[in-house]
Amino acid sequence: MLSRIAESLFWIGRYLERAEDTCRILDVHLQILLEDPSVDQDGAALNLLQVMGAPAPVEADPISSAVVLRSLCYDIDSTCSIVTAISGAREAARRARETISIETWEAINTTWNDIKAGQLQNLRSATAFKFVRERCAVISGVVDQTMSHDEGWHFLTLGRSLERADMTARMILTAGAQGAWDSVLRGCGAHHAFVRTYGGATSDRDAAEFLLLDRLFPRSVVYTLNQAERALLELDQHHVARAGFADEALRLLGAARYSLEYGLPQQLLEGLSRRMADLQRTCAQVSEAVTERYFAGALAASWQGGK
Amino acid sequence: MTATAFDEVMGAEGVRLAYASVMKQLGKLESAEVRSRAEYLKSTYIDQGVTFDFAGEERAFPLDIMPRVLQAQEFAEVETGVAQRVKAIEAFLADVYSEGRVFRDRVIPRRVVTSSPHYHRSIAGIHWPNGVRCHVSGIDLVRDEQGQFRVLEDNVRVPSGVSYVITNRQAMVSALPEVVARHRIRPVEVYPLKLLAALRAAAPSGVSDPTVVVLTPGVYNSAYFEHALLARMMGVELVEGRDLVCHNGRVSIRTTQGLRPVHVIYRRVDDEFLDPAVFRADSMLGSAGLLIAARRGNVTIANAIGNGVADDKLVYTYMADLIRYYLAEEPILKQVDTWRLEDPAHREEVIDRLDELVVKPVDGSGGKGIVIGPAADRKKLEQLRATVLADPRGWIAQPVVQLSTVPTMINGEMRPRHVDLRPFAVNNGEKVYVLPGGLTRVALPEGELIVNSSQGGGSKDTWVLAKDGHRKKNRKKLKTIPMSLPLAALGEEESPQPRAQQQQQQQGRAGVAPC
Repeated sequence: MLSRIAESLFWIGRYLERAEDTCRILDVHLQILLEDPSVDQDGAALNLLQVMGAPAPVEADPISSAVVLRSLCYDIDSTCSIVTAISGAREAARRARETISIETWEAINTTWNDIKAGQLQNLRSATAFKFVRERCAVISGVVDQTMSHDEGWHFLTLGRSLERADMTARMILTAGAQGAWDSVLRGCGAHHAFVRTYGGATSDRDAAEFLLLDRLFPRSVVYTLNQAERALLELDQHHVARAGFADEALRLLGAARYSLEYGLPQQLLEGLSRRMADLQRTCAQVSEAVTERYFAGALAASWQGGK
Repeated sequence: MTATAFDEVMGAEGVRLAYASVMKQLGKLESAEVRSRAEYLKSTYIDQGVTFDFAGEERAFPLDIMPRVLQAQEFAEVETGVAQRVKAIEAFLADVYSEGRVFRDRVIPRRVVTSSPHYHRSIAGIHWPNGVRCHVSGIDLVRDEQGQFRVLEDNVRVPSGVSYVITNRQAMVSALPEVVARHRIRPVEVYPLKLLAALRAAAPSGVSDPTVVVLTPGVYNSAYFEHALLARMMGVELVEGRDLVCHNGRVSIRTTQGLRPVHVIYRRVDDEFLDPAVFRADSMLGSAGLLIAARRGNVTIANAIGNGVADDKLVYTYMADLIRYYLAEEPILKQVDTWRLEDPAHREEVIDRLDELVVKPVDGSGGKGIVIGPAADRKKLEQLRATVLADPRGWIAQPVVQLSTVPTMINGEMRPRHVDLRPFAVNNGEKVYVLPGGLTRVALPEGELIVNSSQGGGSKDTWVLAKDGHRKKNRKKLKTIPMSLPLAALGEEESPQPRAQQQQQQQGRAGVAPC
């Protein structure tokens, strides 16, 4: 497949997941503020903006929820807003329009049309978040059901998994670090699955274990890393290595997963912030490695003659 | 010019034959219903992203609810006329870029061709496999005041619009199913297959299973939607210039598995941008070395480079003679009378009455630069006169043709609006196929004669009715195998007790709310 198209598909996966996860993280943040009056509102907001890579607002006044929402949800000029992510997904889809299925294109395009028309601002934030989550679920379902699970789909899945691992790490950094594990579970849509697995009486460590290490829950970090590894293996089929890894991305992912999965159980909560930051860095490195290996061929060669 | 336009629906004795049945079926729908169907057409194009880029903004291409209908024999004339024209243009292009017999025999002066901005001496001697240069042509037709089809211009560079023919039909089938179902309309969705077959037939010799690609300038091109649609329907890659690599006289695309050779490029990039090593050095849209690869016979570029000389509007004035010269046939389709402004006698005749005429630049497309005399003010006409006198080779003049009209929904009401027709022809080297129908463009403002989408035009679905009006019946008897059901559902059919008992249980607690 064309390198340029492969890159577009990878970014459709990433941007859609980014939109959905940003909305989950915001939802958790606003819930914590509402449910726990003892939380330092300003500090939590600043912390969230930092973790998401948004610039801290210049005014010294307490950072209101409206500011956070603008920066992470509505603002098309903010690099980390939901609107920007959906727009990015739509732009990537437009470039790969002849490759993705018609239904996928229409699902993405209508979502963008709604959002462009101000849907997110018009709805109450809880409803707006639900709208984004559902639209992302629809698109994701349409992708899986109407596209061949070929090379292109693997790139899309790889993008989606990588972004999910990265964003889950950010979610744990913001809310998990404050001990609000219940909210994190809800934010990941994992609360129900968690209670059914562990029963009602649980500890923070159980919650962390479920979100980080569960092998069956599709938003846990280990499950997600496994998905990404599987996609990379599918893409690298010709290569049979007797030892080691020719693919740098695969090596990085494997190493990150092993350090989580085979770490000492009792030390799960220790240095969690540092380890989540490491995981984010790994995701960025993997993305670079994939770009270099599969997409870099798409960089334009420029004609130097006649000048 | 005072003649009134030909109304395609209403004649002197009422509704014309072509529209009789369509008008009857449409008449069965309430007018509010028709309006809501028209709304549907609008929203479905926005959802599907059937758009064109206009001044950096994506716009939905307006599709009118009222179809444009042509009877079988009306279209037969168009079909043979267009095919004849394409054959003559092919012969002319081959001749111009090789021997130039046509100049020696004094059918057309050599300077008319060599002075065309689209004449490229650099391609002389390049051989196009199977001899085809106009793989796709779009011949613009209008109907004059008598309803006669006339050729307005030829497009044999990169004619666009065929995607709307395909999407218009899909949209109309869902918007007006009861009307569509009553007619035998010749299908249009075969076009991509015909195009793919023609492109494969044009592959370099010795390549049995050629790789075909569509080359697009990119997402900001006004016809990007079309490029993507054609690539998707033909099942080929849609590439940009940066995806191509030329090496050792061959062309490849960059894929995730390395370079892969390409044999046929259906390019939607203009000549000047195709190869920065030969044409514009600053072009980012093509790939340096394409021409060398074509010259070596390793890749076919479709449509051929340099075709622009044939759709130059000054060459158009010689087309009837060219058809007679190359094919020894009389032209089937008439043209619009044209004054060559470079000819002193012609110029003398019309330069003082530009206010009655239509003046066009010879190499314009998309309606750009056209001045309609009666609609222009004094200042504009003065300007035009000066421009024409400064560069007479660049302009032609024609009488105002009142294009035929078809009712069109404007603000919820049906109003006559001017239309044209662009049939698309595909040449596979053996036969010129003309897509039944083509793109009907409609000028939405009242009295407007320029129909181009870039000038705010819309479109209509064009229905060419098949000769026999009957649909075939197909009533085969098939055996029915019942669908499977879960256990509970099977059990319930046999004994309704469990549900009744559960209900009993609740009702037993009389007077207590269920929760």
